[in-house]
Amino acid sequence: MLFTIFNSLLAVLLTYSMGMLYYGFYRIGNARIHRRVGPPLWQNVIDNIKLFAKREAPGHGIMFHLGPVIMTAGTITSMLFVPFLKDSAWLQGFSSYGNLILLIYLMVVGPLGNALAVGVSGVPFGVMGVTRGLTRLIGLEVPFFLSVALLMSGSGTISISEIMMAQDSFSNWNMMAHPAAFIVSLFSFVGMMGASPFDVVGAPVEVYSGPQAEFGGKYLGFLAAQRVMFSMVKLILWVDLFLGGATNVFILMAKSFALFFFYFIVGAAFPRFKTEQAVDFMLKLPLIIGIGAVLVRFWSL
Amino acid sequence: MDNLNKKDKAQLKELKSPMAVVDWAVNWFRKQSIFMLAYGTGCGAIEIPPTVTARYDAERFGVRGAATPRQADVIVLSGYLAVKTLKRVIRTYEQMQEPKYVIALGSCPINGGMYWDSYNTIKQLDRYLPVDVTVAGCMPRPEAVLEGFMALKDKIQRGEAEGARDYRDNIEKYKNNQKEIFGDKMLPGYTCDWYFSDGGSF
Repeated sequence: MLFTIFNSLLAVLLTYSMGMLYYGFYRIGNARIHRRVGPPLWQNVIDNIKLFAKREAPGHGIMFHLGPVIMTAGTITSMLFVPFLKDSAWLQGFSSYGNLILLIYLMVVGPLGNALAVGVSGVPFGVMGVTRGLTRLIGLEVPFFLSVALLMSGSGTISISEIMMAQDSFSNWNMMAHPAAFIVSLFSFVGMMGASPFDVVGAPVEVYSGPQAEFGGKYLGFLAAQRVMFSMVKLILWVDLFLGGATNVFILMAKSFALFFFYFIVGAAFPRFKTEQAVDFMLKLPLIIGIGAVLVRFWSL
Repeated sequence: MDNLNKKDKAQLKELKSPMAVVDWAVNWFRKQSIFMLAYGTGCGAIEIPPTVTARYDAERFGVRGAATPRQADVIVLSGYLAVKTLKRVIRTYEQMQEPKYVIALGSCPINGGMYWDSYNTIKQLDRYLPVDVTVAGCMPRPEAVLEGFMALKDKIQRGEAEGARDYRDNIEKYKNNQKEIFGDKMLPGYTCDWYFSDGGSF
């Protein structure tokens, strides 16, 4: 039991530090694209500590306090059901007790809790942001479900660990074995990570940063920390499902950074969709590829 | 860390008690991460975009834009303030979270500048809000704006950028000054209730 608790704490620490490192790279990379020098690599950590060191934070009752807590709890719970490594006792969390379906459910708990908190604050910009976020979620989830369904039926299991273990060589990686599922999932991946062209919800110039409009000080600190951790959870999940998993932390970092780099390039290259355009887009090309792949799959069964 | 320059290291060596070191460290984080709310009131608004974009790149000093007053550390008031604008500025300032700072750009917030005899602009901003740094000029160029941020950073590190505390402690004085120009069109009481010890007497 102690080992599991230690492992869970280690997972939180690892995702936080890796996430801050990646997002530090993200800011420097963006600055270089703009031909700027950019902030230091650890600027996100400094920002985060500064936010926790603010003396004040606005309050709007108990539900408002709970919003960032539910969001962070949702992230950490999701994290604990994602195995980080294969063939290892380390960094497994509670993944042996969970599966992919449970994880899909857990991943939307945080945003819904946060939506309640924003609603309580009564800030119209925040409520607009949440409405946009949940609308976008509809667009993102459908192709994601299709790709996950394809993967589960292709692997014959709903356990993430078993899906990961089955990918023992490069040709067996699910991105090679099930390319249609991988391509469809990448659309959702870019959207879930909040990159352009799907970043209308939280972009700083869009209705004043959307759902986070009313959160300042420690609340914003919590949300910033959970955002980088949640991004890492998604990166690690994609590594587990499609990139053959990782046998040690360095391979995990290499593979997850490759995915992060893809997200960074897409985000830097594309302009922003409006909310409806984002949903329309997701319900066209990715959905058609996804449904086509599902039909082919069930035809061949 | 590279960000710990010689001045920082010299200051750190002089500190005696552990609590002083903690305060120093907290201030260091505060000065290295400044979220700016650029309130474009006058001609100075045009100086902010080059300050934060490729040419002058304020982000290398940890200065970045904030989307809302709740998230901001510093409000940059860039130029003259009409009485009507000042109302919005005060409301925005009161929504910000402590510790919070004010940077005023140009001559207008200092002494009225070229609007010294205008009937509807204020002449001295620090009568109505606690100004931490003023950057003189008509208008100050981005280099001067960055110099203003450096001055603010020094002030934060020394623990002297406590304008917000001054505003809270002397709220009656500031509100009376504000009332002089707003008259019966004063801001609603709930914007500043929490500053008063008796829950709102203004």
